[in-house]
Amino acid sequence: MEVLNSLLVGPLRDIVSAPVFFAEVVVGGLMAGVMYSMVALGFVLIFKASEVFNFAQGAMVLFAALTLVGFMERGVPVGLALLAAAAVMVALAVAIERVMLRPLVNQPPLTLLMATIGLTFFLEGFGQLLWGSNVKELDVGIPDRTFDVGGMLLNQFDLVAAAVAAVMVALLAVLAQKTTLGRALRAVADDHEAAMAVGVPLKTIWVTVWSAAGIVALVAGIMWGAKSGVQFSLSLIALKALPVLILGGPHLDSGRHRRRSHHRRGGKNRRSLLGAAGRGGHRELVRLRAGDGLSAI
Amino acid sequence: MSQGEAILQVQEVSLSFGAVQALIDVSVDVYAGELLAIIGPNGAGKTSLLNVISGVYRPQRGRIVFMGKERPRHTRPYEVARQGIARTFQNVALFKGMTVLENLMTGRALHMRRGLFSQALYWGWALREEEEHRAYVEKIIDFLEIEAIRKTPVGRLPYGLQKRVELGRALAAEPKLLLLDEPMAGMNVEEKEDMCRFILDTREEFGITCVLIEHDMGVVMDISDRVVVLDYGRKIAEGSPEEVRTNQDVIDAYLGVVHEEG
Amino acid sequence: MIYRETGQFKTSYRRDQAIFPIAQDRWFVVAALGVAFVVVPLVANEYWLQAVLIPWLVFSIAAIGLNLLTGYAGQLSLGTGGFMAVGAYAVYKLTTAFPELNVIVVFLLAGLFAAGVGILFGLPSLRIKGLYLAVATLAAQFFLIWLFNRVPWFFNYNPSGTITMPPRTFLGVMVTGPEATATVRYLVALSFVVVFALLAKNLVRTNIGRTWMAIRDMDVAAEIIGIRPLTTKLSAFAVSSFYCGLAGALVFSLYLGSVETLAFDITVSFEVLFMIIIGGLGSILGSILGAGFIVLVPIFLTNVPRLFGIEVPVDLAKEVEAMVFGGLIVFFLIVEPLGLARLWQIAKEKLRRWPFPY
Repeated sequence: MEVLNSLLVGPLRDIVSAPVFFAEVVVGGLMAGVMYSMVALGFVLIFKASEVFNFAQGAMVLFAALTLVGFMERGVPVGLALLAAAAVMVALAVAIERVMLRPLVNQPPLTLLMATIGLTFFLEGFGQLLWGSNVKELDVGIPDRTFDVGGMLLNQFDLVAAAVAAVMVALLAVLAQKTTLGRALRAVADDHEAAMAVGVPLKTIWVTVWSAAGIVALVAGIMWGAKSGVQFSLSLIALKALPVLILGGPHLDSGRHRRRSHHRRGGKNRRSLLGAAGRGGHRELVRLRAGDGLSAI
Repeated sequence: MSQGEAILQVQEVSLSFGAVQALIDVSVDVYAGELLAIIGPNGAGKTSLLNVISGVYRPQRGRIVFMGKERPRHTRPYEVARQGIARTFQNVALFKGMTVLENLMTGRALHMRRGLFSQALYWGWALREEEEHRAYVEKIIDFLEIEAIRKTPVGRLPYGLQKRVELGRALAAEPKLLLLDEPMAGMNVEEKEDMCRFILDTREEFGITCVLIEHDMGVVMDISDRVVVLDYGRKIAEGSPEEVRTNQDVIDAYLGVVHEEG
Repeated sequence: MIYRETGQFKTSYRRDQAIFPIAQDRWFVVAALGVAFVVVPLVANEYWLQAVLIPWLVFSIAAIGLNLLTGYAGQLSLGTGGFMAVGAYAVYKLTTAFPELNVIVVFLLAGLFAAGVGILFGLPSLRIKGLYLAVATLAAQFFLIWLFNRVPWFFNYNPSGTITMPPRTFLGVMVTGPEATATVRYLVALSFVVVFALLAKNLVRTNIGRTWMAIRDMDVAAEIIGIRPLTTKLSAFAVSSFYCGLAGALVFSLYLGSVETLAFDITVSFEVLFMIIIGGLGSILGSILGAGFIVLVPIFLTNVPRLFGIEVPVDLAKEVEAMVFGGLIVFFLIVEPLGLARLWQIAKEKLRRWPFPY
C-alpha cells in the first residue's frame, strides 16, 4: 500500500505543490527531445527513401560539426564556413552513393546496415584524422541565457533549438511538397522499381536524400556542438536515440500496412511530423519512423 | 481413380483480405491416392486455396479436415507440415545458401529428433540419425536423377533443376499429401515432360496424394484424375478432365464472358 | 598435384559426411594443431602470447558465437559485448561465491548463464525481424552494461567497480590470476577454441544448423516445410550467447585478468561483427581468421611505421585503425561477402587443379 501510495499518489502531490518546478522539468524534457529529434530526422529521411537503416547518422553529425569547426578554426568567417561544411556534406553524399550504395544495390537490408556500421567507423576516424580529436568549442553566436517566465526558468538556447528544428522540418516539408524532385521522391519512396519506371534514377534519389540527411546532420551538429562542445560523443547520440525510437514503437509488425494507409493521408502526416519535432515526443517519432516519414515531408 | 476415402476435406472455406474476397464458400474433397488439379484464370484464388490448406492463411469461415481430424483454427504452418502436408511454391523457394543435399536433408528436419548436445558431439544417436536420413535422401536423389548436382549450391542451378530439387525437398518430408503450385511454370516442353513423369512416378512409387495447380491445360488433361475449377474465388466446376472441358461455365470463365453478379 | 582428391573413394555416407573428407585436409589440420600446441609455446615470447595469440583465441570464440547467430541463422545481433559481459560477471560471481568450484566448470556455467540471457533477449526475434531486431539487441547491449555498472552486487561492492579474477588452478597448474604464465593461459584458451570450434562445426553440418540456415535463407518456406521458428531462433540465440558468454569469461579470466564494463562496451560488439564480416559470414574457419585479422591490424598499424623509424601517436593510430576497419567492412561487403574463408576456399580449389589450369 505504502509503495503504491508513494508511486502513484506521491508524484501527483509533488506536482500540485510545486507546479513551476514540474513545468520546468517537462519543458526541459521536451527540449532534450527536440535535440534528439534533430538527429532522428536525418535518420528517418534516409530510411523512408531507401529502406536503409543509416547507422552512420551520428557519425555524420560528428563529421559535419568537426568540418564546420575545422573551417572556423582556420579563420573562415561563420557564414562561409557553414556553406563550405554544407558543400562537404553534399560531396560526402555523392561519394557514399558512388563507393558504397551503388555496388550494394539490391542487397538485403542487413548488408546495407552492416555497411553503414563500417561507414560509421570510417567517418569517425576520417573526421578526427582530418580535424583533430580534441574537444572543440563551437560558437555560432546563439544566445545562451536563462530568463524567467512566471517563475519558470527557461533557456534561450533551448528555444532557439526548438525554433531551428521546427524551421528545418517545415523547410523539408515545403521542399518535398513543392519541388518536382520532392514530389517524385514521395511518389516512389516505397518502390525502387517504380522509381526507375517513372524515370527517376535511383542514383539521384540516393544522392539527394543523403545530401539532405548530411545537411540535417550539420544543423544537428551545430546545435549539439554549441551545447556540449564538438567531440567524439556526438557520434553516439544517434545510437542512444535508436533503441528508444524503435522499441517504443507500438506497431512493429504492421509497419508496412501502416505505411501504405498513411500515404493516402498526406495532410495529417505533415502535422504529426511537425508535432513530433515540435514536441519532441519519442512516441511521436516512432510513429513517424514506422509509418509516416517521407510521405509526410 | 475411384472415390476412395477423402484424405482432405475443405469445407465451405471463405477467405478475404480487407474488401477483397479471395475464396468464397469453397469446398473441395481430395481422395487418397488421386491427382487433383486446380485450375482457373489468374487471380481465381488457386494459390490462396493452397495457402489455406498449408496453414499460411487462416480462413475467416469454414473447416479443414485432414485424415479424419478437424484442424484447430490456430494451427501454424509447421504443425500442418508435421501432420503430413508438404508443398512446393510458385516461385522457387529453395534455401539459396545451401547445397542440393542440404536442402533435401532440411526437408527431413521434421523427422529428426536428436537434441542439441548429441548433434554438437556428432556421436551416437545423432550420427546414426544423420546417416539414416542421408540414406532416405539419397533414394530421392536417385529417383529424381540429380546425383551429379548433389553438392552444388542450389543458387547455381538452372531454373528447371531448381524446381526439381524443390519437389525433392517436399518428397523428403514423406508427406501424405503433396501440394504443387505450378510446378511447370516457365519450363520448356522437354522440362515439362520430365516434370510430368516425376509427378506421376511420385504417386506410383511413394503413394502420395497430389494436388496440383497448373496453367497448361494439355498437362492437366493428361495427368490429372479430377479437376476443380475456381473463378473469382468460387468453385464453378468439378469432375473428370473430360467433364470439365465441356462444362459451359468453365468455357465462359476462360473466354472471359461478362459476369452477371449482383 | 599434391593436393587433390582423386583416388580417395568414399564407401559410406559416414565417410562422405566427415568434417574433412579429403586426406590432405586432415593432415593439414593435424599439423596445424601440432604447431599450435607444441611449437608455439616453445618459441613464442610473452608479448606475442599476451598481445596477439590469447586475444585472437578468446575473440575467436566470440566470433564463432556471433557467426552462428548472424552468419548461419541470419539474425543480426549488436549485443555481443553485453552477452560477453554476462559471461565475465558470471565467472566473477561464481568464483568468489564458490571458491571450491573447478574453474573449467565455472567457465561452462558462465556460458550457460549467458545462454539464458540470450534466450530472454532472443524472444523479440519472433515478432520483429532484421533491422528492428538488430536495434533490440543494441538495447540489450546498453541495458546489460548499464546493469553491471549500476548494481554493486555484480562487482561485490568493490568501490572501484572493477572485477578481478582470483587465482585458480586446474590439474594443479595455475591457470588464472597474476601467477598464471602466459603459456598456460594460451594453452587453456587454445583448448577451448579447438573443442568449441569442433562442436560448432558439428552443429552447423547437422540438422540444427540446417534449420538455422533455412530460417536465414527463407523463413516462410522453412516454416511451411515443418521447421518451428520459435525453437529454431531461440536455439540459435541460446547457442550463440553461450559462445559469447564463454568468450567473455575467457577474456576476463585468461586475457585481461581484471576488467570494467568498458571492456565489453558497444565497440566490442562492432569489432566482433567486423571479425565475422571480414572472416566470412557462415563459416567457422572464417570466424577464427577474422578474429585474427581484427586483432592483428592495430598491432600492424603501430608496428610497421615503427620499423621505418616513425613513431605514430596513439590517437592517430586509433583514427587510422577506425578508418581501415570501416573501409575494409565496406570493401568486403561489396567485393567478397563470404570473406577470408571464401578466399581460402578459392585458393584450395586452385591448388587442387594445380599445375593444370582446369
